[in-house]
Amino acid sequence: MLETVFFYAFAALTLAGAILTVTMRSAVHCAIALISSLAGVAGLYLLQHAEFLFAVQIVLYIGGVMVLFLFVIMLVNLDAAARERQFHRHWLAALACLAGTGALVALFLTRGAESFKLGAPAAEAAPGAGNIETLSMLLFREYLVPFELASLLLLVAIVGGVMMAKKRI
Amino acid sequence: MINLLAQPWFIPLVTGVVIIALAPLAVAFTVLLERKVLADMQARLGPMRVGPQGVLQTIADAVKLLTKEDVVPSDSDKWLFRFAPVVSFFTAATCLTVVPFSEAIKVTDVNVGLLIISAMSAVGILGIILGGWSSNSHYSLLGGLRSAAQLVSYEVALGLALMCGVMSAGTLSMTGIVKAQLQRGIWFAFDNYGLMLVPMMIYLISSVAETNRAPFDLPEAESELVAGFHTEYSGFRWGIYMLSEYINMFAVGSVLITLFWGGWLRPFPNVAALAIPLNYGVPLVVFGGTGLGCLYLSRRQPIQGYAIGIAGLGVVFLLVAAIFMIPAVNGPSIPVFWWALKLFTVLYIFIWLRGTFPRYRYDQLMNIGWKVMIPTALAAIFINAIVGMARS
Repeated sequence: MLETVFFYAFAALTLAGAILTVTMRSAVHCAIALISSLAGVAGLYLLQHAEFLFAVQIVLYIGGVMVLFLFVIMLVNLDAAARERQFHRHWLAALACLAGTGALVALFLTRGAESFKLGAPAAEAAPGAGNIETLSMLLFREYLVPFELASLLLLVAIVGGVMMAKKRI
Repeated sequence: MINLLAQPWFIPLVTGVVIIALAPLAVAFTVLLERKVLADMQARLGPMRVGPQGVLQTIADAVKLLTKEDVVPSDSDKWLFRFAPVVSFFTAATCLTVVPFSEAIKVTDVNVGLLIISAMSAVGILGIILGGWSSNSHYSLLGGLRSAAQLVSYEVALGLALMCGVMSAGTLSMTGIVKAQLQRGIWFAFDNYGLMLVPMMIYLISSVAETNRAPFDLPEAESELVAGFHTEYSGFRWGIYMLSEYINMFAVGSVLITLFWGGWLRPFPNVAALAIPLNYGVPLVVFGGTGLGCLYLSRRQPIQGYAIGIAGLGVVFLLVAAIFMIPAVNGPSIPVFWWALKLFTVLYIFIWLRGTFPRYRYDQLMNIGWKVMIPTALAAIFINAIVGMARS
């Protein structure tokens, strides 16, 4: 009962945030709407007992990415930039995107109707083996190579960022 | 009614409300402690007028803040201006709900307690930036941006230092971490042959930066930025910012003592012979000493009412000391006593640092964060992982 209430609350938060992100006028307000949308997704993760994803969602997206977004928005005068011609009134492109996405969703709904059935609930995890322990076992044992490759990708991104930001190394 | 009591969320809800309601009172007396200790360090008396020895000063301040006119700048972003302090307070208060005060007294024990605290302190940055931006003032905006940059930088070192403790404990649950220390028979600060002292110091230093306190109080450097992000705030909204700042101090202090100082455990938790002397002696010294000190002070009060008041306070402290001598009371309440004693030790260190160090320059702050703290923390993780694995 309580979980259902929370699910609808978080889902409403996510959707309302997403809609407000594209409809608000001020860039800072858009960013805040996006934050509430991300927080709603984090809440949905928590309802699925994916506590680690919940924390990562909040720490990385809200605490990291969105703080830097806000940082940039506040330092750069975006309101003047938003009045430029190339950033608005793209009705044709928007309608094309909408039609394409709608067609995709419709295709999924017609072709994959049988895949929407819910499977049997997964067996309860053994007590003591929490979400994070299981996740780390998987990450560091079975998927070690992809995990390390991802960290290599991040390293490349860091080095690239330093190269671009620093004129003299 | 019985049905309500049996709900799984009922007890955590009540405990949470009680803790969040008690927090402002604790903050009031921490502010008083801070003013008195700073005054003592600077050879002043500090607040002396309201109540005997100024003990009611912060209560008076709170009443003043509540009754003050609430000013919202006319060019500000009104809704965000009102919303920003709420974010700060909400995140600070949420941190307190996963802290275990003793094995029994806590709101809830989630198996990702530490992650929730770091997540909430990450969201807390938003309250500061939004407050700074929505005020529509240059001082506020610069204060907010500085604060965001500082928090994002020091969050990394903080997280890495936490990682060392989590490696030693093998769990992210706050209760589980304390139990791991009980099982190991050592506070994690002294684990791995003393190597864990390095992450502990990194955590302590980063948490000073994380709570925007001197010597890292650049976001509110009054000589440059008036008051930083809360320049335009007044009255109760300002009070909420101040409240959440102090509750944040409680939160980072609780994480420090939970992770490194053994939480609610007494010193030497595995030496059974020390149980009686420590569990009974230290409260006797602390409360009895405070009581006797109050009685001594009461003879030197200028006003008779103050003399009676502070003598009454002394008698109350002596009574508390006496109550702690009853085994039935001592048993369940001594963990909370140790927890509070450790927390106030951390708070005293924060105040001490504020009274001792001058403020850093902004580039120095960033250099310390990125070029000293983060590499040291990474090295500490590496070495502690190797030593920890070699031991087990």
